[in-house]
Amino acid sequence: MWILLLLPFIGLLWVPFYNFMEPTLFGFPFFYWYQLAWVPVTSLLIWLVYRRLPPDEAP
Amino acid sequence: MPGQIEWTALSIFIFFFALVTVMGFLAARWKSGPVSEHLDEWGLGGRQFGTWVTWFLVGGDFYTAYTIIAVPALVYAVGAYGFFALPYTIIVYPFVFAVMPVLWKRAHAAGHVTSADVVHAAYRSRALELAVAITGLIATMPYIALQLIGMEVVIKAMGLRGEFPLIAAFVILALYTYSSGLRAPALIAFVKDTMIYIVVLVAVVVVPAKLGGYGAVFSAANDAFTAKGGNTGLLLKPDQMLAYATLALGSAFAAFMYPHTLTGVFASKSANTIRRNAILLPAYTLLLGLIALMGYMAHAANIKVESPNDVVPMMFKALFPSWFTGFAFAAIAIGALVPAAVMSIGAANLFTRNVWKSYVNPDITHAGEASVAKIVSLIVKVGALAFILFLPTQYALDLQLLGGLWIMQTLPALVFGLYTRWFRAEGLLLGWAAGIGWGSWTAWSNGLKPLATLTLGGESHSFYVGLGALLLNIAVAVIATAIVRTISSEKSGATAPS
Repeated sequence: MWILLLLPFIGLLWVPFYNFMEPTLFGFPFFYWYQLAWVPVTSLLIWLVYRRLPPDEAP
Repeated sequence: MPGQIEWTALSIFIFFFALVTVMGFLAARWKSGPVSEHLDEWGLGGRQFGTWVTWFLVGGDFYTAYTIIAVPALVYAVGAYGFFALPYTIIVYPFVFAVMPVLWKRAHAAGHVTSADVVHAAYRSRALELAVAITGLIATMPYIALQLIGMEVVIKAMGLRGEFPLIAAFVILALYTYSSGLRAPALIAFVKDTMIYIVVLVAVVVVPAKLGGYGAVFSAANDAFTAKGGNTGLLLKPDQMLAYATLALGSAFAAFMYPHTLTGVFASKSANTIRRNAILLPAYTLLLGLIALMGYMAHAANIKVESPNDVVPMMFKALFPSWFTGFAFAAIAIGALVPAAVMSIGAANLFTRNVWKSYVNPDITHAGEASVAKIVSLIVKVGALAFILFLPTQYALDLQLLGGLWIMQTLPALVFGLYTRWFRAEGLLLGWAAGIGWGSWTAWSNGLKPLATLTLGGESHSFYVGLGALLLNIAVAVIATAIVRTISSEKSGATAPS
């Protein structure tokens, strides 16, 4: 599961993968909406890992 | 217009400022505890903040007022390159999720208040502890000064002249931080963040609607960059890509090494509080992305400024009624108070625990620690104020940039010890010195630019100096530790009883 946490690093640090204008979305060039889209995706990935964690502590 | 006082905006501004001032002083009684009797109370708010308080507090001090001014300013000036703040504030969260709960557990179990406390406990080295503490103090000072710049920009935009308003705002901040400690910024953060969310959400809906939609905003920005030429544009130039990625990655490693962000971590109630925040804090990143776009909206609105830092205030003045402008400016100014307070508390904790207690008065009581920290928080703020009033603004900007590079060099000492006992203090100290030395020298010799250039096979690659310095730091720490371990095992082999 922890491997999911590496995905945002790969998706965002490999810049040639998203340094484009097209396709646009709601007027946003790809470069911008692609990076913005990683925000909820990252939250989701972290949540997936969090859900599987064994309870490890007192409150 | 410049020079003319905007009374409506100013009244709204003063109203909100007065509101948070009252809250700041009352905060001492919130989630009540004996604020002056223990550093855990004054400096960490009683280590009791749950998910929502931590969300507001860390969101409020990580995404600073300076961010709201400087990120759109950079995007306005250079385009896509200024957006590195977006990947940076995304990838920081998987890192926070994986590392910070482990750090919290270590700190909580032993009652550590600062990063240098954790480092000292792990390696029993006063020298390494001092290196981490001093780095934290020096990196934080210019950061506080930058918050003042954020406040100065909006005060100026409302037509107020002179330095008195800035001094008055800062004195008020200093006093309630002194009396309430971390509870003050934690409580004010609720107001600040709510105001910022309102301002930004209104701006990102209303501004494009006035200017003909996001398509028009991007195309206006594109026209401006085409006219301007150079390394600007809606997309990155090929030689900017590595710089963009390394700035994002390096900044993400540095972000939670700062005393103010770590203070937020140590003040949480549990490791799960931090994990939940790693899931929830990206909401602020979305906000930051939208704030960054204001740099492009300014092009669409035909805003022309002498200093890019005036872009956001000028755009609000041009496009919104005076009352909303006052609200937005109050949001930015209060946005400066929260991080400035937490930073001065983080710095005060470091000084008290790792300089004063370690070197001046090892037998200090808990109440004594709290009172030293309170006084240091005042000194730190006066220092930052003097910095802004008497030195050129550029110094604060340059030092903050170097500060990011420096604070990153404390990562191996702080983080590696959470997972392995292999490293030795001597090795980590040598790595820290190598990283700071090489990084500062390289940044300095490039005219205080954060980028270094490496030529490989005839092609030159620009990358973030801080990340290069971190790699050097780790390499030196590994090699030096290996040598120290070999020597010490030979020694112990020779002296071992047979």
